[in-house]
Amino acid sequence: MQEFADSLLNGGILTGFSTEAGYAIVIGVFAFLVLNFIMLNAGIFSWAERRVWARIQSRVGPNRVGPQGLLQWLADGIKNIMKEDIVPLAADRPLFKAAPYLAMAGFFAAFAALPFSQGLIVADLNVGVLYITAVTALVVVGILMAGWSSNNKWSLLGGIRSAAQIISYEIPAGITVITVVIFTGTLSMQGIIEQQGWAPWNWFIFSNPFLFVGFFVFYVSLLAEGNRTPFDLPEAESEIVAGAFTEYSGLRSLLFFLVEWGNLYVIGALCATLFLGGWQVPHFTDNAFLLTVAQLGAFFLKTYFLVFLSMWVRATLPRVRVDQLMSLCWKYLVPISFVNLIGSMLWLVLFPEGLAIARYALFAFGCGIIVYFLSRVVSHLRRARPELHISPII
Amino acid sequence: MAGYFGNIRDAVRTIFEGLTITASHFVRKPFTIQYPDRMDIPVQDQLPFRYRGLLDVDLEICTGCLACERACPIDCIVIEAKKNKKTREMVLERFDIDLAKCMYCGLCSEPCPTGSIHHTPEFEGADYSLESLIRRYVKAPVIAYKVSKEPETDPNVAPILKRGLRYLDEFASPEDG
Repeated sequence: MQEFADSLLNGGILTGFSTEAGYAIVIGVFAFLVLNFIMLNAGIFSWAERRVWARIQSRVGPNRVGPQGLLQWLADGIKNIMKEDIVPLAADRPLFKAAPYLAMAGFFAAFAALPFSQGLIVADLNVGVLYITAVTALVVVGILMAGWSSNNKWSLLGGIRSAAQIISYEIPAGITVITVVIFTGTLSMQGIIEQQGWAPWNWFIFSNPFLFVGFFVFYVSLLAEGNRTPFDLPEAESEIVAGAFTEYSGLRSLLFFLVEWGNLYVIGALCATLFLGGWQVPHFTDNAFLLTVAQLGAFFLKTYFLVFLSMWVRATLPRVRVDQLMSLCWKYLVPISFVNLIGSMLWLVLFPEGLAIARYALFAFGCGIIVYFLSRVVSHLRRARPELHISPII
Repeated sequence: MAGYFGNIRDAVRTIFEGLTITASHFVRKPFTIQYPDRMDIPVQDQLPFRYRGLLDVDLEICTGCLACERACPIDCIVIEAKKNKKTREMVLERFDIDLAKCMYCGLCSEPCPTGSIHHTPEFEGADYSLESLIRRYVKAPVIAYKVSKEPETDPNVAPILKRGLRYLDEFASPEDG
């Protein structure tokens, strides 16, 4: 992005500004664009998620506000903004008021290093993955602050649970990132994507069996870090009301939800970048614009599929208990990710150039899983003989 | 150790199976009936003839006998009827039903000789004030209906009377509802 800012300063529309002012303007414009992208995504996810759950539960979901309920998130947002912003009398006012912004900042900062296409990235840091892992941990400070400052037992329980959960699950997630990084030799997000190909068998998920398992470990860990069901213990409605967010109302509560739904995009984008080839498309044209559009399409397709997957998982699995959550992390995910790490190191020593046959075999295995999955779905449908309604429009 | 790997296998298998089940539900037709505006047939038209919804009065066939007013256990019906001394006809001056009080017991419609007072399949009675739930059927004094031995000949009244008598005869039953 610095080159882009420099080019604007030297002969672009920003000629005549001082360097600092020019940088500030470019940063401001980019931040505004990305913020709006996040808000739009989080809003639409909130609607899409409700529609997906509804269809899985044989309901219809919100379909009245706008075409197919597409503007439901706007109505909800406007309603929330107009609500009174209540601060409990016994709450720690400054902390209580600052908490949502801290959570928001931690999550928003992650977008600085998330790629969109070959050229579209706010800042291609050479420590990109590390940076994202670091700043997304800031969300936990916000949630813990919210839980503590609310001066409410449920909030405190939710905040502490969130802290314990996110910090625990950063370990398998971090180790899995390292597993990828030992193959790429770089932490830069663009660098990681550039070492994969457009074809599925050139993605890291299929490059060796350890990364194949690692993908699922990483995805589960990220779900837990994003406080998604089945790991949404910090706001377990049936036990602790809304956890750390119990006392929040109006815009502040909206910000927490923005973080929750926006995190879905971060989860999808991270998994797509590290394992699914990111924006890689075949080099079918020399037209830079068309290529960028195709790359955006490929990246969003992968990301939104993973977002859909997490909505689907949320509608499928019940919430785990705290001890189950911890045993899943420490007794299963952490050892498995260590095995992956060591296995990947061995793989790298044995096959420094990679093993093409393993890639094809794993790709075939992945396809086999999908085919078996579809056959199971069809057999469920055959047995129940329900009335089908495949179109999302209702 | 076998238990450890068994747990992993169980987790993978059950989550996989769970996802197939929810995926199969994802393409099924929702059971939701989108009441009230997106239904093929409105609910009111699907209800049986003797459904005990909001009360209604066919003033054309009301005899002014006050049987319903006496039958009502909570006095939600108020009727004022006077006998015209000269013509010896009953004149209805007031026929009010307070639907806010009505408890839909159906006791008023049973003693009615002509089926004038009856429940309708209409049930959407929500309103902004209690006052507007008092239905005033008599706007200006009307002469009450007089039952005669011969079949009704007036083409305006005959279908209403036919309906009222059917209402008296018929009972809603689950079989032919």
